[in-house]
Amino acid sequence: MYSNLKARIRQGRRTIKFPPAFSTLPNRFRGLPQIDSNKCPADCRACVEACPTDAIHVDLFDQKRQLQIDLGKCLFCVECQRACPEESLRFTNDYRLAARNRADLIFSDQGIRLADALSKEIRRVFSRSLKLRQVSAGGCNGCEVDINVLGTTVYDIGRFGIQIVASPRHADALVVTGPVSENMRIALLKTYEAAPPPKLVIAVGACAVSGGPFRDHAETHNGVDGLLPVDLYIPGCPPHPLSVLDGLLRMIGRIK
Amino acid sequence: MSREQFPQLFNAQPIDLAAIPQLSIEQFREEVIGAHDDLSRISALFGVRRNNETVQLFAVLADDEQGKLIPFSTFVGKSYPAVAPECPQVHLFEREIFEQLGVVPEGHPWLKPVRFTMPDYSAQKASTPPATAPVIGQTSFFFMQGEEVHEVAVGPVHAGVIEPGHFRFQCHGENVYHLEISLGYQHRGIEKRLVGGPHKRTAFQMETIAGDTSVGHTLTYSMAIEALSGLHVSARAQAIRGIALELERLANHIGDLGALAGDVGYLSTASMCGAIRGDFLNMTALICGSRLGRSLVRPGGVLFDLEPQRAAELQKRLPKALEEVTQAVQLLWESSSVLSRFETTGRLSLDQAHDIGLVGPAARACGVLQDVRHDFPSGIYQLFHIPASTAGTGDVYSRAFVRWLEIQRSVAFIQELLESLPSGEIAALESPSLAPNKFVAALTEGWRGEICHVAITDAAGKFVRYKVVDPSFHNWFALALCLRGQAISDFPLCNKSFNLSYCGFDL
Repeated sequence: MYSNLKARIRQGRRTIKFPPAFSTLPNRFRGLPQIDSNKCPADCRACVEACPTDAIHVDLFDQKRQLQIDLGKCLFCVECQRACPEESLRFTNDYRLAARNRADLIFSDQGIRLADALSKEIRRVFSRSLKLRQVSAGGCNGCEVDINVLGTTVYDIGRFGIQIVASPRHADALVVTGPVSENMRIALLKTYEAAPPPKLVIAVGACAVSGGPFRDHAETHNGVDGLLPVDLYIPGCPPHPLSVLDGLLRMIGRIK
Repeated sequence: MSREQFPQLFNAQPIDLAAIPQLSIEQFREEVIGAHDDLSRISALFGVRRNNETVQLFAVLADDEQGKLIPFSTFVGKSYPAVAPECPQVHLFEREIFEQLGVVPEGHPWLKPVRFTMPDYSAQKASTPPATAPVIGQTSFFFMQGEEVHEVAVGPVHAGVIEPGHFRFQCHGENVYHLEISLGYQHRGIEKRLVGGPHKRTAFQMETIAGDTSVGHTLTYSMAIEALSGLHVSARAQAIRGIALELERLANHIGDLGALAGDVGYLSTASMCGAIRGDFLNMTALICGSRLGRSLVRPGGVLFDLEPQRAAELQKRLPKALEEVTQAVQLLWESSSVLSRFETTGRLSLDQAHDIGLVGPAARACGVLQDVRHDFPSGIYQLFHIPASTAGTGDVYSRAFVRWLEIQRSVAFIQELLESLPSGEIAALESPSLAPNKFVAALTEGWRGEICHVAITDAAGKFVRYKVVDPSFHNWFALALCLRGQAISDFPLCNKSFNLSYCGFDL
């Protein structure tokens, strides 16, 4: 008992302030990419070629040759940044990445449109108590472990009224990870059916948003889209716990 | 040709494909069974379809004592006499060969689907395709009959934030007689896509074979590529790889000890370890920006350097984190309520460990002195040694205690490395081109145990086969075995004491 108390005092209070939480991120953390197409040399396609998931395109947008990134496909690796001769594309330290529409994750120089809150009616139900049921459908345990840490004393999602529950019957939202393997498709659909309406679907990670590194495999489904209606997309491979937390709080209107 | 004349390879030593002994199926069986008898292990056993009629089977034996890998092969047609009845540790490999290639191991006692996939792992169609595609989770499960006997089915979707798998218990009251584990839900077709590779996406798929073992799998892949292409890796890059691999082990072992504490209701250690695990993940993020070590290890070196300032920051954080984890973990060993739940629960004997080819901390917890870092040292482990940690009782307590020993030794290893970090470049500049018609087997001691990758190239230097063996492939059966005679309520605790990968198994 004594050593337990001593340990408890020694370990201290670990919970971080949120939001904002930029100070807790290392300088090499790769968050929201920033694009400056003006810096692109003519005819350069280095980043397009380097990207392992074909997340980057060069095209004429608004009569101007621009880079366009699909954050839903992005693995936040370093290939494009390493290939770029001019720093046209660089990852910032910004962990805020979540969007309500898939199309909002595709952006150019103008930057991302972050998730806005659910309708007032839905928000009334969920904004102070949101119960999540996680389903891994081909997830590599990367997204899963970094969702799990939201329950630790460091992130403590309980203080926001968010809780991960054991049964879909108790859930307000499904948090889906993985590209949705064919072998998990039926289990995922059944889990969705088992949750009582109104219910939300949150796609976490490049796999769940777009298929990630397994896009276009015959054994997977390129993510949740097309199988279930998705209410929130959180990109990343895996998303930092702060990105997930930020997305959830935006959706229920706790961050604007 | 006798075993003494077979090529004996170091870890990640390439060999001409033609130099691999081609045995008759009789001798092939004898060698595999013989290896089992003299306590070598079978690190990999897999097939490559050569034409419509023939499949070439490859076996890689690991002689832990000599630190040598022994490959040999044979040719089979539509079927061959199964090895599993005499050598249980290959039972899953043979099921996999059956599922991937349609070759029937005659007399296999347990010929069920592994991942519920169609046989198509070849350039040409399998000779005996099944009439219908298998349906996930539908197979002939073992069942028990009798009064008061009941069956408990769990999954694929579980209560926690974990991956999917199906577990079926045959129980008499609380007592488990048999547990059958049926996986395949996470199958993403990784091995199939590797044929003809490496591709642009290959390194990223390696990082996500098992996302909690990104460094382990990507390192093993890099070793295989470097062996096939002759890429040189600097001592500095090797050191950074070693630090990353041990940080991965630390984060996972600490998380596991916390989860074990949580499963017996000892919440102090559970919540402390949850936070401290994050501190170690953040150390990996300090090096490469990703908590899981993504984009750090690549063939030819590493993509991020550990500058003096960053190394100093690590040196500052490590002792503090070790002090905290020591305090949190000591609480476990001081608490009689924890010990009474850990001790004698989920016991495996040394003989069972040998029989099923157990690897990693779970094997060391049974007293098996086996650790790739010690037996097959490669990279920085050739210069800096890390002692293997064992315990003797093979129960949950031993599996927890081995993790605690490894935590201490990994921290000491990183500290030693940080004090004498070699200088030099961190990455090779040229992109690798692979030698044609070669064979290489690479091993790494991941935090769950031995990771084995075997690459075979064709005449054009492309993968004709790339076999991935995650430690979970060997160890899932151990969980089923240790549950026999246990109360079903101890399943979560036993499961956590192995903490195996679903996607690493399903690929």
